[in-house]
Amino acid sequence: MSGANDGPYGGRGVRDASIVNPRAGGELVTPERSGDATPAEGAPFLAGRGMTGGYGKGPDILHDCTISVNPGQIAVIVGPNGAGKSTAMKAIFGMLPLREGSVVLDGQDITALSPQDRVKAGMGFVPQTNNIFASMSVEENLEMGAFIRQDDIRPTMEQVYDLFPILREKRHQHAGELSGGQRQQVAVGRALMTKPKVLMLDEPTAGVSPIVMDELFDRIIEVSRTGIPILMVEQNARQALEIADRAYVLVQGANAHTGSGRELLADPEVRRSFLGG
Amino acid sequence: MEPINAIVALMNFVVIPATAYGAQLALGALGVTLVYGILRFSNFAHGDSMAFGAMATILFTWGLQALGISLGPIPTALLALPAGIIVTALFLLGTDRVVYRFYRRQKANPVILVIVSIGVMFIYNGVVRLIVGPGDQFFDDGARFIFTVRDFQAWTGLDEGFGLRTSQAITLITAVIVVAALFWFLNRTRTGKSMRAFSDNEDLALLSGINPERVVAVTWVIVAALATLAGVLYGLDKSFKPFTYFQLLLPIFAAAIVGGLGSPVGAIAGGFVIAFSEVTITYAWKRVLAYAMPDSLEPSNLVQLLSTDYKFAVSFMILVVVLLFRPTGLFKGKSV
Repeated sequence: MSGANDGPYGGRGVRDASIVNPRAGGELVTPERSGDATPAEGAPFLAGRGMTGGYGKGPDILHDCTISVNPGQIAVIVGPNGAGKSTAMKAIFGMLPLREGSVVLDGQDITALSPQDRVKAGMGFVPQTNNIFASMSVEENLEMGAFIRQDDIRPTMEQVYDLFPILREKRHQHAGELSGGQRQQVAVGRALMTKPKVLMLDEPTAGVSPIVMDELFDRIIEVSRTGIPILMVEQNARQALEIADRAYVLVQGANAHTGSGRELLADPEVRRSFLGG
Repeated sequence: MEPINAIVALMNFVVIPATAYGAQLALGALGVTLVYGILRFSNFAHGDSMAFGAMATILFTWGLQALGISLGPIPTALLALPAGIIVTALFLLGTDRVVYRFYRRQKANPVILVIVSIGVMFIYNGVVRLIVGPGDQFFDDGARFIFTVRDFQAWTGLDEGFGLRTSQAITLITAVIVVAALFWFLNRTRTGKSMRAFSDNEDLALLSGINPERVVAVTWVIVAALATLAGVLYGLDKSFKPFTYFQLLLPIFAAAIVGGLGSPVGAIAGGFVIAFSEVTITYAWKRVLAYAMPDSLEPSNLVQLLSTDYKFAVSFMILVVVLLFRPTGLFKGKSV
């Protein structure tokens, strides 16, 4: 959390949990009102086009970065550490103000929308960390995922349980008590509860064992078979490229290589620089 | 030895008063714990919110009494409660609007909000004194007792007896109903769950479409209801004096921390732990012990561990001990 350690006193005296709740408050800035979506023709289903921007008044992190995905596809963003992979995804989700470029979803230019409004517009986003309500049951997590919906959410919940059978079994357990892989399933399930038009996953396999990772990838492929386009940031470049219909290699916030997963796996330069030969 | 008399005396002087006091503290601590969980700071203005709520209810009670409306044996204050709660809710929402919201927008460090709440506390303090004055106010009416010590002695023929005051019975019944309603609300309703979700993970709640301003507003309304209830029940049971409510802040915080800040179950448990400790440590045990022990061992002094003037020291000691040895509280709150 920024702020806690700033200032002339180095944040001393602000960690007394008997007067201050140590659980971090939100970092998301909620704009008073967000802009409107405007029609955009002839773009892919979800696309961030020519995105340039950085945090606050800092330098640009993304430089003319373009990422897109169409229905039925899995698109992955890979690249070395600090390449701006997660930043690119945050930019598409509206958590990074863009200085140039635009974001298009389903024929609408949504560049002016706040993250919350993008959720309502049909984006399902799974953050990399803190992506579940740990103190609530699995079922409550899914219910909260569907908070914006007014219709009957039970069919969607059944679909999520069919996709992730382990969640049905543990639906009355606190999500915080689950294993890493199960938590990620809760996180993805929560995002699916809004019936999103597109699912965005920020490093879904971070911190899970290789076996669990393979299982998670299988589940992600299954989700994509239901027709939802998936955009995913991954650190495990090789496995991610194997399941990718489209892949983007970012280097220093700019597109370095683009193609299908197989093409990039076969590309000698990509192999040499990112996959270790 | 007369163990039955000992138990009856214990009921009269310790168990019943401590239970009623515990219920009042629990209601207060619930409000503190809700603000801590959702707005993420310890609200030092809570004691004076209670004073404001009690004051608002007292004014309506006097109005009703002047109109000649009463509930018979039940205190008129209960009839005035809803109006008192509404006024207090508006007052707290107004405070949030002009004070707390500014700092929330800035994403101010919660410790700043703690200090802000101390400022708010002084303002509330002054507002209440300006409106109703600093002195004692009595607003209890209706039947004072459900049954008195004398009634009890007549029924049972025992030397000792215990009475049940109307205010004590009302405190317990109200506390049970309110706590049940609060838990039902937090665990079963959509709004309640969204509050827990917001408390758990603010960013994810935002991404799920939960409106933070609405969560905060609902929280203040609930806190106002709890504070008014706690304030009125305490006032009915003892008397209303603004300064006493300011002093109640310590046992209330001790209760919330003993139970585990951020945990509603903990707040209730903590309330009773503090109340029973305070009453048992400041009670003169001579009378009970005289019945409970053989005549030869009858104590010659009062067997009072601490004078009642020092009752706040009890909360303070418990607070220190809990923070040293079990900082998360009995029910694993967030003060890790």
